[in-house]
Amino acid sequence: MNTIAAISTFFLPVLVGVILVYALIKKTDAYGAFTEGGKEGIRLSISLLPFLLGMLVAINILRASGFLDAMNQALSPLLIWLSIPPDLLPLLFIRPISGSASLGMVADLTATYGTEHFISRAAAIIQGSTDTTLYVLTVYFGAVGIKKMGRALTIGLLADLAGMTVAILITIWYFT
Amino acid sequence: MIVVGIVYSILNGTTSQINSAMFDASTQAVQLVIGFIAVFTFWLGMMEIAKQSGLLEKLTVLSRPILLKLFPELSPKDPALGFIMSNMTANFFGLGNAATPFGLKAMTALQANNPDPSVPTRSMITFLCLNTAALTLFPTTVISLRMTHGAPDPMDIVIPAFLATCFSCVIAITLDRLFYMFTVKRSHRRK
Repeated sequence: MNTIAAISTFFLPVLVGVILVYALIKKTDAYGAFTEGGKEGIRLSISLLPFLLGMLVAINILRASGFLDAMNQALSPLLIWLSIPPDLLPLLFIRPISGSASLGMVADLTATYGTEHFISRAAAIIQGSTDTTLYVLTVYFGAVGIKKMGRALTIGLLADLAGMTVAILITIWYFT
Repeated sequence: MIVVGIVYSILNGTTSQINSAMFDASTQAVQLVIGFIAVFTFWLGMMEIAKQSGLLEKLTVLSRPILLKLFPELSPKDPALGFIMSNMTANFFGLGNAATPFGLKAMTALQANNPDPSVPTRSMITFLCLNTAALTLFPTTVISLRMTHGAPDPMDIVIPAFLATCFSCVIAITLDRLFYMFTVKRSHRRK
Protein backbone atom coordinates (compact mmCIF):
# COMPACT_ATOMS: atom_id res chain seq x y z
CA MET A 1 0.00 0.00 0.00
CA ASN A 2 2.85 2.37 0.77
CA THR A 3 4.09 2.10 -2.79
CA ILE A 4 0.75 3.37 -4.03
CA ALA A 5 0.94 6.26 -1.58
CA ALA A 6 4.45 7.01 -2.79
CA ILE A 7 3.42 6.96 -6.45
CA SER A 8 0.57 9.36 -5.67
CA THR A 9 2.80 11.91 -3.94
CA PHE A 10 5.57 11.64 -6.50
CA PHE A 11 3.30 11.75 -9.51
CA LEU A 12 2.77 15.50 -9.82
CA PRO A 13 6.35 16.74 -9.18
CA VAL A 14 7.69 14.06 -11.54
CA LEU A 15 5.10 14.99 -14.17
CA VAL A 16 6.06 18.67 -13.99
CA GLY A 17 9.75 17.68 -14.24
CA VAL A 18 9.20 15.40 -17.23
CA ILE A 19 7.18 18.04 -19.09
CA LEU A 20 9.87 20.67 -18.57
CA VAL A 21 12.81 18.39 -19.44
CA TYR A 22 11.05 17.19 -22.58
CA ALA A 23 10.34 20.78 -23.61
CA LEU A 24 14.01 21.61 -23.00
CA ILE A 25 15.16 18.74 -25.21
CA LYS A 26 12.73 19.68 -27.97
CA LYS A 27 13.71 23.37 -27.59
CA THR A 28 10.11 24.50 -27.04
CA ASP A 29 9.41 28.02 -25.80
CA ALA A 30 8.26 26.67 -22.42
CA TYR A 31 7.60 30.00 -20.76
CA GLY A 32 5.62 31.34 -23.70
CA ALA A 33 3.53 28.18 -23.81
CA PHE A 34 2.97 28.28 -20.06
CA THR A 35 1.62 31.83 -20.05
CA GLU A 36 -0.52 31.09 -23.10
CA GLY A 37 -2.13 28.08 -21.43
CA GLY A 38 -2.40 29.93 -18.13
CA LYS A 39 -4.39 32.74 -19.70
CA GLU A 40 -6.88 30.22 -20.92
CA GLY A 41 -7.07 28.81 -17.39
CA ILE A 42 -8.17 32.17 -16.01
CA ARG A 43 -10.77 32.65 -18.72
CA LEU A 44 -12.12 29.13 -18.18
CA SER A 45 -12.40 29.48 -14.38
CA ILE A 46 -14.25 32.79 -14.56
CA SER A 47 -16.66 31.48 -17.18
CA LEU A 48 -17.65 28.70 -14.77
CA LEU A 49 -18.87 31.08 -12.06
CA PRO A 50 -22.50 31.57 -13.19
CA PHE A 51 -23.06 27.81 -13.63
CA LEU A 52 -21.46 26.93 -10.32
CA LEU A 53 -23.23 29.70 -8.44
CA GLY A 54 -26.63 28.72 -9.76
CA MET A 55 -26.13 25.07 -8.87
CA LEU A 56 -24.77 25.77 -5.38
CA VAL A 57 -27.61 28.18 -4.58
CA ALA A 58 -30.17 25.59 -5.67
CA ILE A 59 -28.55 22.84 -3.60
CA ASN A 60 -28.23 25.02 -0.52
CA ILE A 61 -31.84 26.14 -0.72
CA LEU A 62 -32.98 22.56 -0.98
CA ARG A 63 -30.86 21.61 2.01
CA ALA A 64 -31.76 24.61 4.18
CA SER A 65 -35.48 24.11 3.54
CA GLY A 66 -35.30 20.74 5.27
CA PHE A 67 -36.51 18.96 2.15
CA LEU A 68 -33.56 16.58 2.05
CA ASP A 69 -34.04 15.64 5.71
CA ALA A 70 -37.68 14.92 5.05
CA MET A 71 -36.73 12.65 2.15
CA ASN A 72 -34.31 10.85 4.42
CA GLN A 73 -37.00 10.19 6.95
CA ALA A 74 -39.44 9.00 4.37
CA LEU A 75 -36.93 6.49 3.03
CA SER A 76 -35.41 5.14 6.23
CA PRO A 77 -37.91 2.22 6.69
CA LEU A 78 -36.85 0.93 3.27
CA LEU A 79 -33.20 1.01 4.30
CA ILE A 80 -33.79 -0.81 7.55
CA TRP A 81 -35.58 -3.45 5.53
CA LEU A 82 -32.50 -3.71 3.30
CA SER A 83 -30.38 -3.97 6.48
CA ILE A 84 -28.42 -0.84 5.61
CA PRO A 85 -27.70 1.22 8.76
CA PRO A 86 -29.94 4.34 8.62
CA ASP A 87 -26.96 6.45 9.71
CA LEU A 88 -25.55 6.01 6.22
CA LEU A 89 -28.68 7.26 4.47
CA PRO A 90 -28.02 11.03 4.51
CA LEU A 91 -24.61 10.29 3.02
CA LEU A 92 -26.13 8.28 0.16
CA PHE A 93 -28.29 11.29 -0.67
CA ILE A 94 -25.74 14.04 -0.34
CA ARG A 95 -22.83 12.26 -2.04
CA PRO A 96 -23.89 12.93 -5.67
CA ILE A 97 -25.00 16.47 -4.79
CA SER A 98 -22.24 18.02 -2.69
CA GLY A 99 -18.71 16.75 -2.18
CA SER A 100 -17.85 18.96 0.79
CA ALA A 101 -21.09 18.21 2.63
CA SER A 102 -20.65 14.47 2.18
CA LEU A 103 -17.02 14.65 3.28
CA GLY A 104 -18.25 16.45 6.39
CA MET A 105 -20.67 13.59 7.03
CA VAL A 106 -17.93 11.00 6.65
CA ALA A 107 -15.82 12.95 9.15
CA ASP A 108 -18.79 13.11 11.49
CA LEU A 109 -19.51 9.37 11.28
CA THR A 110 -15.82 8.55 11.72
CA ALA A 111 -15.68 10.75 14.82
CA THR A 112 -18.84 9.18 16.25
CA TYR A 113 -18.10 5.51 15.62
CA GLY A 114 -14.29 5.41 15.51
CA THR A 115 -12.25 4.48 12.46
CA GLU A 116 -12.67 0.71 12.76
CA HIS A 117 -16.47 0.61 12.89
CA PHE A 118 -18.40 -0.83 9.95
CA ILE A 119 -20.31 2.43 9.42
CA SER A 120 -17.18 4.60 9.24
CA ARG A 121 -15.53 2.20 6.82
CA ALA A 122 -18.59 1.96 4.60
CA ALA A 123 -18.86 5.76 4.64
CA ALA A 124 -15.21 6.18 3.68
CA ILE A 125 -15.56 3.68 0.85
CA ILE A 126 -18.73 5.33 -0.45
CA GLN A 127 -17.02 8.71 -0.37
CA GLY A 128 -13.86 7.38 -2.00
CA SER A 129 -15.39 5.29 -4.73
CA THR A 130 -17.88 7.78 -6.20
CA ASP A 131 -17.76 11.37 -7.33
CA THR A 132 -20.05 14.38 -6.92
CA THR A 133 -22.07 13.72 -10.07
CA LEU A 134 -24.07 16.94 -10.09
CA TYR A 135 -20.99 19.07 -9.53
CA VAL A 136 -18.94 17.28 -12.20
CA LEU A 137 -21.74 17.71 -14.74
CA THR A 138 -22.23 21.39 -13.86
CA VAL A 139 -18.57 22.21 -14.20
CA TYR A 140 -17.87 20.14 -17.34
CA PHE A 141 -20.97 21.15 -19.26
CA GLY A 142 -20.60 24.70 -17.94
CA ALA A 143 -17.15 24.96 -19.48
CA VAL A 144 -18.60 24.47 -22.98
CA GLY A 145 -21.86 26.28 -22.28
CA ILE A 146 -24.17 23.27 -22.65
CA LYS A 147 -27.27 23.61 -20.50
CA LYS A 148 -28.93 20.33 -21.41
CA MET A 149 -27.38 17.52 -19.41
CA GLY A 150 -29.58 14.89 -20.99
CA ARG A 151 -28.89 11.25 -20.29
CA ALA A 152 -25.52 11.97 -18.67
CA LEU A 153 -27.36 12.93 -15.46
CA THR A 154 -29.53 9.80 -15.47
CA ILE A 155 -26.56 7.52 -16.10
CA GLY A 156 -24.41 9.30 -13.53
CA LEU A 157 -27.03 8.99 -10.80
CA LEU A 158 -27.86 5.36 -11.63
CA ALA A 159 -24.17 4.45 -11.60
CA ASP A 160 -23.83 6.25 -8.25
CA LEU A 161 -26.70 4.25 -6.83
CA ALA A 162 -25.20 0.99 -8.06
CA GLY A 163 -21.73 2.00 -6.89
CA MET A 164 -22.88 2.96 -3.40
CA THR A 165 -24.89 -0.24 -2.97
CA VAL A 166 -21.90 -2.28 -4.04
CA ALA A 167 -19.65 -0.21 -1.75
CA ILE A 168 -21.75 -1.26 1.23
CA LEU A 169 -21.82 -4.92 0.14
CA ILE A 170 -18.06 -4.93 -0.42
CA THR A 171 -17.51 -3.42 3.02
CA ILE A 172 -19.56 -6.20 4.59
CA TRP A 173 -17.67 -8.85 2.61
CA TYR A 174 -14.17 -7.41 3.00
CA PHE A 175 -14.16 -6.48 6.67
CA THR A 176 -16.12 -9.33 8.27
CA MET B 1 -34.83 22.37 -7.33
CA ILE B 2 -35.04 25.99 -6.18
CA VAL B 3 -38.83 26.00 -6.51
CA VAL B 4 -39.19 22.74 -4.56
CA GLY B 5 -36.89 24.11 -1.86
CA ILE B 6 -38.68 27.43 -1.53
CA VAL B 7 -42.18 25.94 -1.50
CA TYR B 8 -41.12 23.36 1.06
CA SER B 9 -39.49 25.98 3.27
CA ILE B 10 -42.65 28.11 3.30
CA LEU B 11 -44.67 25.05 4.34
CA ASN B 12 -42.02 24.09 6.86
CA GLY B 13 -41.34 27.57 8.28
CA THR B 14 -37.65 27.58 7.39
CA THR B 15 -37.60 30.68 5.17
CA SER B 16 -35.03 32.48 7.34
CA GLN B 17 -32.52 29.67 6.74
CA ILE B 18 -33.16 30.05 3.01
CA ASN B 19 -32.13 33.70 3.07
CA SER B 20 -28.72 32.96 4.46
CA ALA B 21 -28.35 29.78 2.39
CA MET B 22 -28.70 31.69 -0.88
CA PHE B 23 -25.94 34.15 -0.13
CA ASP B 24 -23.68 31.66 1.58
CA ALA B 25 -23.86 29.54 -1.55
CA SER B 26 -23.00 32.51 -3.77
CA THR B 27 -19.94 33.33 -1.68
CA GLN B 28 -18.96 29.69 -1.73
CA ALA B 29 -19.16 29.64 -5.54
CA VAL B 30 -16.91 32.70 -5.82
CA GLN B 31 -14.38 31.13 -3.46
CA LEU B 32 -14.43 27.93 -5.49
CA VAL B 33 -13.76 29.85 -8.68
CA ILE B 34 -10.83 31.69 -7.09
CA GLY B 35 -9.37 28.30 -6.18
CA PHE B 36 -10.00 27.19 -9.76
CA ILE B 37 -8.07 30.15 -11.15
CA ALA B 38 -4.96 29.06 -9.28
CA VAL B 39 -5.16 25.39 -10.24
CA PHE B 40 -6.35 25.89 -13.82
CA THR B 41 -3.75 28.53 -14.64
CA PHE B 42 -0.94 26.32 -13.43
CA TRP B 43 -2.08 23.04 -15.01
CA LEU B 44 -3.29 24.44 -18.30
CA GLY B 45 0.05 26.25 -18.54
CA MET B 46 1.87 22.96 -17.99
CA MET B 47 -0.43 21.24 -20.43
CA GLU B 48 0.31 23.82 -23.10
CA ILE B 49 4.05 23.16 -22.72
CA ALA B 50 3.43 19.42 -23.07
CA LYS B 51 1.30 20.08 -26.13
CA GLN B 52 3.76 22.37 -27.90
CA SER B 53 6.74 20.12 -27.18
CA GLY B 54 4.89 17.13 -28.64
CA LEU B 55 4.93 15.14 -25.39
CA LEU B 56 1.16 15.06 -25.15
CA GLU B 57 0.85 13.58 -28.61
CA LYS B 58 3.37 10.85 -27.81
CA LEU B 59 1.45 9.81 -24.69
CA THR B 60 -1.82 9.87 -26.58
CA VAL B 61 -0.50 7.34 -29.09
CA LEU B 62 0.06 4.88 -26.24
CA SER B 63 -3.46 5.10 -24.86
CA ARG B 64 -5.17 5.37 -28.25
CA PRO B 65 -6.30 1.73 -28.63
CA ILE B 66 -8.31 1.73 -25.38
CA LEU B 67 -9.69 5.23 -25.78
CA LEU B 68 -10.90 4.61 -29.32
CA LYS B 69 -12.87 1.60 -28.09
CA LEU B 70 -14.58 3.79 -25.50
CA PHE B 71 -15.09 6.71 -27.87
CA PRO B 72 -15.87 5.21 -31.28
CA GLU B 73 -17.04 8.60 -32.57
CA LEU B 74 -13.60 10.19 -32.35
CA SER B 75 -11.01 10.03 -35.09
CA PRO B 76 -7.57 8.73 -34.01
CA LYS B 77 -6.16 12.21 -34.63
CA ASP B 78 -8.66 14.00 -32.39
CA PRO B 79 -6.84 16.37 -29.98
CA ALA B 80 -9.44 15.59 -27.30
CA LEU B 81 -7.90 12.13 -26.82
CA GLY B 82 -4.78 13.56 -25.20
CA PHE B 83 -6.80 15.58 -22.72
CA ILE B 84 -9.12 12.67 -21.96
CA MET B 85 -6.10 10.50 -21.22
CA SER B 86 -4.53 13.13 -18.93
CA ASN B 87 -7.80 13.60 -17.11
CA MET B 88 -8.28 9.88 -16.49
CA THR B 89 -4.68 9.38 -15.36
CA ALA B 90 -4.94 12.25 -12.86
CA ASN B 91 -8.26 10.91 -11.56
CA PHE B 92 -6.80 7.44 -11.23
CA PHE B 93 -4.11 8.70 -8.86
CA GLY B 94 -6.68 10.64 -6.82
CA LEU B 95 -5.48 14.04 -8.04
CA GLY B 96 -8.86 15.65 -8.57
CA ASN B 97 -7.38 19.15 -8.68
CA ALA B 98 -5.20 18.36 -11.67
CA ALA B 99 -7.87 16.23 -13.34
CA THR B 100 -10.51 18.96 -13.66
CA PRO B 101 -8.57 21.39 -15.92
CA PHE B 102 -7.58 18.50 -18.23
CA GLY B 103 -11.18 17.33 -18.32
CA LEU B 104 -12.39 20.80 -19.22
CA LYS B 105 -9.85 21.01 -22.05
CA ALA B 106 -11.18 17.68 -23.29
CA MET B 107 -14.71 19.07 -23.23
CA THR B 108 -13.66 22.18 -25.15
CA ALA B 109 -11.92 20.01 -27.75
CA LEU B 110 -15.01 17.82 -28.10
CA GLN B 111 -17.26 20.87 -28.37
CA ALA B 112 -15.17 22.18 -31.28
CA ASN B 113 -16.41 19.26 -33.42
CA ASN B 114 -19.98 19.36 -32.15
CA PRO B 115 -22.51 19.93 -34.97
CA ASP B 116 -25.06 21.35 -32.50
CA PRO B 117 -23.26 23.21 -29.68
CA SER B 118 -26.32 23.25 -27.41
CA VAL B 119 -26.63 19.45 -27.26
CA PRO B 120 -23.92 17.18 -25.80
CA THR B 121 -22.35 14.68 -28.21
CA ARG B 122 -22.15 10.97 -27.58
CA SER B 123 -18.46 11.20 -26.69
CA MET B 124 -19.11 13.98 -24.16
CA ILE B 125 -21.70 11.86 -22.42
CA THR B 126 -19.40 8.84 -22.30
CA PHE B 127 -16.59 11.01 -20.96
CA LEU B 128 -18.76 12.50 -18.24
CA CYS B 129 -20.14 9.12 -17.24
CA LEU B 130 -16.57 7.97 -16.70
CA ASN B 131 -15.85 11.09 -14.68
CA THR B 132 -18.88 10.89 -12.42
CA ALA B 133 -18.12 7.23 -11.73
CA ALA B 134 -14.59 8.39 -10.80
CA LEU B 135 -12.21 5.50 -11.40
CA THR B 136 -9.75 6.10 -8.55
CA LEU B 137 -6.95 3.99 -7.23
CA PHE B 138 -6.24 6.26 -4.35
CA PRO B 139 -9.03 8.34 -2.73
CA THR B 140 -6.68 10.89 -1.16
CA THR B 141 -9.15 13.00 0.83
CA VAL B 142 -10.78 10.05 2.58
CA ILE B 143 -7.43 8.52 3.47
CA SER B 144 -6.18 11.76 5.00
CA LEU B 145 -9.47 12.03 6.90
CA ARG B 146 -9.01 8.54 8.34
CA MET B 147 -5.43 9.42 9.15
CA THR B 148 -6.44 12.51 11.15
CA HIS B 149 -8.96 10.43 13.08
CA GLY B 150 -6.17 8.07 14.10
CA ALA B 151 -6.96 4.95 12.06
CA PRO B 152 -4.30 2.28 12.70
CA ASP B 153 -4.21 1.51 8.99
CA PRO B 154 -5.82 4.37 7.06
CA MET B 155 -5.09 2.63 3.76
CA ASP B 156 -7.17 -0.47 4.56
CA ILE B 157 -10.07 0.96 2.54
CA VAL B 158 -8.05 1.32 -0.68
CA ILE B 159 -8.74 -2.16 -2.06
CA PRO B 160 -12.50 -2.29 -1.32
CA ALA B 161 -12.92 1.29 -2.56
CA PHE B 162 -11.10 0.38 -5.75
CA LEU B 163 -13.36 -2.64 -6.30
CA ALA B 164 -16.45 -0.46 -5.76
CA THR B 165 -15.24 2.26 -8.13
CA CYS B 166 -14.43 -0.33 -10.84
CA PHE B 167 -17.91 -1.69 -10.49
CA SER B 168 -19.62 1.71 -10.80
CA CYS B 169 -17.42 2.49 -13.81
CA VAL B 170 -18.48 -0.71 -15.56
CA ILE B 171 -22.11 0.10 -14.75
CA ALA B 172 -21.71 3.64 -16.11
CA ILE B 173 -20.15 2.44 -19.38
CA THR B 174 -22.79 -0.27 -19.80
CA LEU B 175 -25.66 2.13 -19.13
CA ASP B 176 -24.12 4.67 -21.49
CA ARG B 177 -23.97 2.04 -24.26
CA LEU B 178 -27.51 0.81 -23.57
CA PHE B 179 -28.96 4.33 -23.53
CA TYR B 180 -27.14 5.11 -26.75
CA MET B 181 -28.38 1.99 -28.50
CA PHE B 182 -31.90 2.70 -27.32
CA THR B 183 -31.95 6.28 -28.60
CA VAL B 184 -30.41 5.30 -31.93
CA LYS B 185 -33.05 2.62 -32.46
CA ARG B 186 -35.79 5.04 -31.62
CA SER B 187 -34.60 7.68 -34.07
CA HIS B 188 -34.36 4.98 -36.77
CA ARG B 189 -37.96 4.01 -36.21
CA ARG B 190 -39.05 7.60 -36.57
CA LYS B 191 -37.55 7.69 -40.02
